[in-house]
Amino acid sequence: MPEIFVRLDRCVGCRSCEMACATEHSAGKSLISAASEHPRPRKRLYVEMAEGTKLPMVCRHCEDAPCASVCRTGAMTQDPETHIVTRDAEKCIGCWMCAMVCPYGVVGRTAEGRVALKCDRCPDLDVPACVAACPTHTLVFMEAEDFSELLRVDAAARLARGYRSRA
Amino acid sequence: MVIMMKGVKDRSIDPASQEMLASASRAGLETAWDRFDKQQPQCGFGELGLCCRHCNMGPCRIDPFGEGPARGVCGADADVMAARGLLRALAAGAAAHSDHARDVALTFQMMADGRAPSYQVKDKAKMKRLAAEYGIAGDSPTMMQDLAKSVLSEFGQQQGTICFTRRAPAKRVAIWQRLGIDPRGIDREIVECLHRSHMGVDADYVNLILHGLRTALADGWGGSMIATELQDVMFGVPTPIRSRANLGVLQADSVNVIVHGHEPLLSEMIVAAAADPELIALAKSKGAAGINVAGICCTGNEVLMRHGVPVAGNFLQQELAIATGAVEAMVVDVQCVMPALQSVASCFHTKLITTSPKAKVPGATHMEFHEESALDTAREIVRAAVENYPQRNRDRVQIPDFSSEVMIGFSVEAILSALGGSLDPLLGAIKNGSVRGIAAVVGCNNPKVKQDFGHVNLVKELIKNDVLVVSTGCSAQACAKAGLLLPEAAGMAGEGLRGVCQALGIPPVLHMGSCVDISRILVACAAIANALGVDISDLPAAAAAPEWMSEKAVSIGAYAVASGVLTVLGTVPQVLGSANVTALLTKGAAGVVGGRFAVEPDPFSAARVMIDHIDRQRARLGI
Repeated sequence: MPEIFVRLDRCVGCRSCEMACATEHSAGKSLISAASEHPRPRKRLYVEMAEGTKLPMVCRHCEDAPCASVCRTGAMTQDPETHIVTRDAEKCIGCWMCAMVCPYGVVGRTAEGRVALKCDRCPDLDVPACVAACPTHTLVFMEAEDFSELLRVDAAARLARGYRSRA
Repeated sequence: MVIMMKGVKDRSIDPASQEMLASASRAGLETAWDRFDKQQPQCGFGELGLCCRHCNMGPCRIDPFGEGPARGVCGADADVMAARGLLRALAAGAAAHSDHARDVALTFQMMADGRAPSYQVKDKAKMKRLAAEYGIAGDSPTMMQDLAKSVLSEFGQQQGTICFTRRAPAKRVAIWQRLGIDPRGIDREIVECLHRSHMGVDADYVNLILHGLRTALADGWGGSMIATELQDVMFGVPTPIRSRANLGVLQADSVNVIVHGHEPLLSEMIVAAAADPELIALAKSKGAAGINVAGICCTGNEVLMRHGVPVAGNFLQQELAIATGAVEAMVVDVQCVMPALQSVASCFHTKLITTSPKAKVPGATHMEFHEESALDTAREIVRAAVENYPQRNRDRVQIPDFSSEVMIGFSVEAILSALGGSLDPLLGAIKNGSVRGIAAVVGCNNPKVKQDFGHVNLVKELIKNDVLVVSTGCSAQACAKAGLLLPEAAGMAGEGLRGVCQALGIPPVLHMGSCVDISRILVACAAIANALGVDISDLPAAAAAPEWMSEKAVSIGAYAVASGVLTVLGTVPQVLGSANVTALLTKGAAGVVGGRFAVEPDPFSAARVMIDHIDRQRARLGI
């Protein structure tokens, strides 16, 4: 299964991912109409600035996800095959246990209701909206092996350049 | 993420463009369409006008979803940000038109002083009419110098009025005066745009936009109109003439010189130099049949209108023209000249020749053009093109076999003459309904719209519904390529308009010139309104810019609206993040200046909006 990966050195903080996320989760699914919708569409990932670095924070859909395991009403569940964690708005009682245990702080709330809100990895799209919107390819959607290979090839190139310049 | 390559048919409706796009793609040449794809997704904050880089507390952004910041660091909200951004774009557009006009006026002054021997007065009668408007006696020995001085003083003047604004109906001028938007001086209004949009100045979006309208009026009825009128004096008032348009006008066996940009000061000289027998003989000695000049963008329109010089294409075809491999030199001056041209040119033998001290391109050949020695420099440029002919690689030449015949040259004077010297036949046709109304369709190409799709479909829809279309700029060139600028195109018009066109022997779409020549459309509107004893905002008329992209188009749209005209935009302006600014431009303005903007990307729906407006205006006039 492909996952959303973050290339930690590339984010410029344009927040296009956030905007695309909110737009994809709006009724009209277009930026122009989404900007005037009520209730306001909400984003499910967050660009943070920490230690001088900009970073998009997005749900990792962890194995044995803490948010799902602490949910008392069965609102937050993890699909056994895809491992995607989703929440059922009807069953959510807004106790925020999920928000408390999330190691990444990526459980938010709806604009008007007292209901938890998180990444659903865009079930209608082949590539999640945030990934498609990222102009610097900070966010990528690929298999874990492929992502590691991407980093490995980059690292190998750096190593090779360093070695050559020294020689 | 890999972006799927779009097919050529998704990029342009023009068969010549389609052929060249396919060829460019095979050759690995990058075009504006490729770069547009690589820009996707474009920044949502920019699209909505919700980012501000006006000071270094920023850049600031406002969250359109209301979750994040609602104000910039200074406290500017969405209304202020969107309005200030619009004002700056408009100022740049007005500056471009007016700086062009300034150069024309300065050249006119040098000519008057005998310091620009390459230029002559082609139309003395028009010059005398202009002098009279400025209160200068036509028989004065210093008439030319006085006219030059009066015109030039309007750029730097601090108070008073701009002469040509008084061509507008008195009712219109009264509205401008009541609102405090009667422009005082051309440069002053542009400078004030920059001042007001500086950090911590104007924070009232209504006040900002009103000044934007004043600045735009200083362009339309000032800078642009001055450019048109003095160009007519120096190069002649256009009269109907036939020519051809599209990449097929390039010739496989001739030296091809393309003029691209905006100011006829240069292109007129290139056209003259290309007729020099010595240079033609030189071309023949290099094995060419002759020298073929063709135009792109508005400088192309200028020499098309006055000399029938063929048009190679509109804005999005500038790179494709070079990709034919048959262009010895592309000679450019200012505006709409893509910085990418040199990288395309470097793949061929083509010399990109820049000529303006204001517009250089790294890697291009710079042959600076000055009024004192204009024709000599033009000869050197044409000579460089001729000498480049033997470098052409014949195996790489691909000229699409597409070009359409056109009838162009419809200045206001030419339209009056086609009508038999008076507006009455047109007014009669409007009153009896055979001409339902008049639409101005103008503006650029923009890869957000399939090239020419917006222009051609909107125009076809309008003429089918008996709306007479006047056109300029890249829109007119789109119509030219689509065969709409011919009397025979009346066959595509509704019964009423068809009859009128056939009786007068004119096309249903009248090419009125370059983008600064939209001032001709203002003059025509004023004349029709005055003849009917109404304001421009009462006319059964509307305007559209279906594929606009430039800041100049922002200024044009604003002066059209401020002159009382409903103006339909085919691409979305960067203001929709402010509900208040959007409402003011699309609704509120109608109650204040009589004109308003509408946004309609679909050309068929845009036609409906315009025709419905025209019908309502007719009902109001009781015709």
